[in-house]
Order: sequence, then C-alpha cells, then structure tokens
Amino acid sequence: MVAIRYETPRSVSEAVRLMAADPGARVLAGGTDLLVQFRTGVRQPSAFVDIKRIPELMSIAIDAHGLRLGAATPAAVIGEHAELRRLWPGLAESVRLIGSTQIQGRGSVGGNLCNASPAADTTCALIVNRAECVIAGPNGERTVPVEAFSIAPGRTVLQPGELLVAIRVPRPAARTSDAYLRLIPRTEMDIAVAGAAASVTLDAAGLCTTARVAIGAVAPTALRVPAAEQALVGSRLDEASLKRAADAASAAARPIDDKRGTTAYRRTVAGVLTRRAAAIAAARAREQGSHP
Amino acid sequence: MSPTELDTQAPPFAEPHVADQTADVALIVNGRALRLVIDPRVTLLDALREHLQLTGTKKGCDHGQCGACTVHVGGRRVLSCLTLAAAAQGQSITTIEGLAESDRLHPMQQAFIDCDGFQCGYCTAGQIMSAVALLQEPCGPDDDDVRESMSGNICRCGAYPGIVAAVQAVRGRRR
Repeated sequence: MVAIRYETPRSVSEAVRLMAADPGARVLAGGTDLLVQFRTGVRQPSAFVDIKRIPELMSIAIDAHGLRLGAATPAAVIGEHAELRRLWPGLAESVRLIGSTQIQGRGSVGGNLCNASPAADTTCALIVNRAECVIAGPNGERTVPVEAFSIAPGRTVLQPGELLVAIRVPRPAARTSDAYLRLIPRTEMDIAVAGAAASVTLDAAGLCTTARVAIGAVAPTALRVPAAEQALVGSRLDEASLKRAADAASAAARPIDDKRGTTAYRRTVAGVLTRRAAAIAAARAREQGSHP
Repeated sequence: MSPTELDTQAPPFAEPHVADQTADVALIVNGRALRLVIDPRVTLLDALREHLQLTGTKKGCDHGQCGACTVHVGGRRVLSCLTLAAAAQGQSITTIEGLAESDRLHPMQQAFIDCDGFQCGYCTAGQIMSAVALLQEPCGPDDDDVRESMSGNICRCGAYPGIVAAVQAVRGRRR
C-alpha cells in the first residue's frame, strides 16, 4: 500500500484545484461509505480531500426560492432542522433513514448521492422534489437534476476534478407535500429492498394538479415514473388512481434478483410503496390546505 | 482470547505500507488537549485504542454496522471506526472514559448496572455513549422511540430490554 495524502481545503476553489491535480484523489465527506470501500480495497485513493472544513458545504439555507443544502452537511443536522422537516417532510424522512444515528452524525446527502447506490434513501425523495446537484469543477459551476446524476451503480456524471458542492431544492408550491417509504427486512440499519417517493400538489378543490413519483433499488439507478405521475394528475388521489400509479410503478421497475429480494417481490413492493407514499403525500398536502 | 490478541489480529491496515505522509492531529479527548502525528489512514477508533491507550471504546465489526465503537465528536455520536482521526482535527471527543466524574458514575452508567443493561459487556461502552447522546436528541418518549434511536447499537447477548429500561430510567429522572 502506498502513502496517502490528507488534504483539508478551506474553499471550493481549493478543493477543485486539489481534485483536478490528482485523478486518484477522492472526496471525503462523512466517510461512512468511502472508508468501508477503502478498507475493503474497493477504492484505493491517492489522497483524501476532506471537504468538511469548507463552510458552504456544511450549511443549510432556506429562503423564498427554496433550499440550498451544503453537500457535506451531516444527515443528523438535516434531520433535526425544523423548517426543512416542515417544508419537505418526505425528504427529511429519507435522510433520517440512512444507517443509524451515528452514521447520520457524519454521513451526508451529498455523499449518499455520490456513492450512487441504486438503493440510496435520499435519491427518490430528492427527485420528486425537483432537486438539482450543484457541481463545481475546473470550468466553473454546472447543475444537473438529481435524476440524471447517477448513471450506473457507483457511477455519477462527475468528471475528473469535479465535486458535488450543494443540492438545491425549489420551495414547494401551496398544497404540496411529499413522502418516502422503503422496505427493509429489519426495521433499521439495512439497505432498501425497494423504495418509493411521491410529491403531489392539490388545487383548492382537492384535485391533483402535479405529481412526481420515483422508485429506488429496482433498477441500476433510481427511476422517475412518468406513467405513475400521469395516473395521479387530475384525480382526487382516490384508491383507483393510487392503484393505477402502483401498477405503473411495478411495470416500470426492472429489478434484479439478489439476497435482498426476488425480481417479482421487488416489483410488487415498488408498487405497494408507491401507492402508500402517494397517499401519505396527499394527506399531508390536504392537511396544508386545511391550515393555510 | 484476550481483547489485546483480538486487536493485533485485525490491525487497521494489514498490508505493509510506506507512509511518507503523516497527519498532525490535535484532539481534545475527554477534556485533555492531545497531539498525534499519525498516518492519515488511522481511524479515530485505532487512534484512541492504539495510540492513546483508551481501550474502553471497543472494536466490534470495524465497518460501521455494530455501534460498539460509538463516541461523541463535537457533541454528536459517531462511529469511531468510520471516522478518520485526521477528520476529527480540533474537535472535542468524549469516550466512555470521559463520562464518570472521579468515582461517581454517569447516571447512564449507573442505570445500565441497576437495570441489567448488559451481559458480556463488549457492546456496553457503545450502548452507553449512544444512550447519553440520545438524551440530547429529539427522541420521542416511548420505548419504541428509544429502540429506534438505539438501533445502531447491536447487543449479541440480547440485553435490549435492560438497555431500554436504563435509558428510560435516566430520562424519567430528567423529566
């Protein structure tokens, strides 16, 4: 094993310079995935670039436009943020499901995205909330929708020298809410067999005007399911439309067989979770409507 | 097999390596300011156990699944096996050795004794560090809330009922 450098940039530009100068360097945020991969030999970086000393990567800012979440902000800090939990309850739920409280003490949403597991808990909740990744690189900043960030298990659109600096989430419209559910064999500390997130917007009469649905752990990346969204829009989110959305999610799933579940089981569960997540998001949106 | 033998069987990095890079790490451990010059790959767990001889923090799975190595960094509970010592630079760290005040046990330590919150004791330091952190976290009042909040700490002996009772006993006194 060769020596390894430990870099502690204080700014995004310094981090970009370090990453661009050494293709073998890896960004270290919480390290809860990277250290496991490093020590099992899956990844052998030439340097750790610790981004937790860059203040803007460790921040949560909510304004009239929405949320800007520093990529390295610990999940525990996010999960305890009252305003974030009020505006995006499903997103907050997904963050609070990552690992254990101790994992959340260091692990971050940016790390969850960059690790690019198909089963990552935050991805679906971010997708339904129209979240974007803010990426810094040698040629400046660019943004990529979260649904396009991961391209395969363990792989993202990040180019050499680039790093994820923030996740931006637009402020939800009136009578809009979200939910995320996953199935795991234990109740805690496991990886999703399947997951589903939904976000719905209702009009004053309770009709669904906009819907977003995403499913996780049932394809190489998290999937948005337009057919499930179409099943919800225009409905009152009644049992029949929820069932149609569930069927669409099951049809869109293309899972693998593995020790966590069979293809058929995952396909069914993706539909069930979609129906339940959409129902929870709808109930939350209605609740907002009754307390404007 | 003694714990020491266990540790030498699983060194932090088994392969021989040449470290021409070292990290100069300043930590405040249980209120004591310390400095370590170490390979940047050294985890906080190994720094505590092998460099600072604070062996109260236990190495269980060494990859983030069991919670035995739980310590507090900057007031939050983390897994010291998945935290590089260099990443804790400048931070205040509390381990199981830092809870008691001279001869007086922390109330949570006493409650684990009173409620039979352990059997073999290997997971206990991590359980207690999680339980102490839980007191400051937004955890609901019920036993189920405690179970969920403590779910990152595994007890192979199955002392869970005693652990929940200990946590609730301390929280009851605080209310």
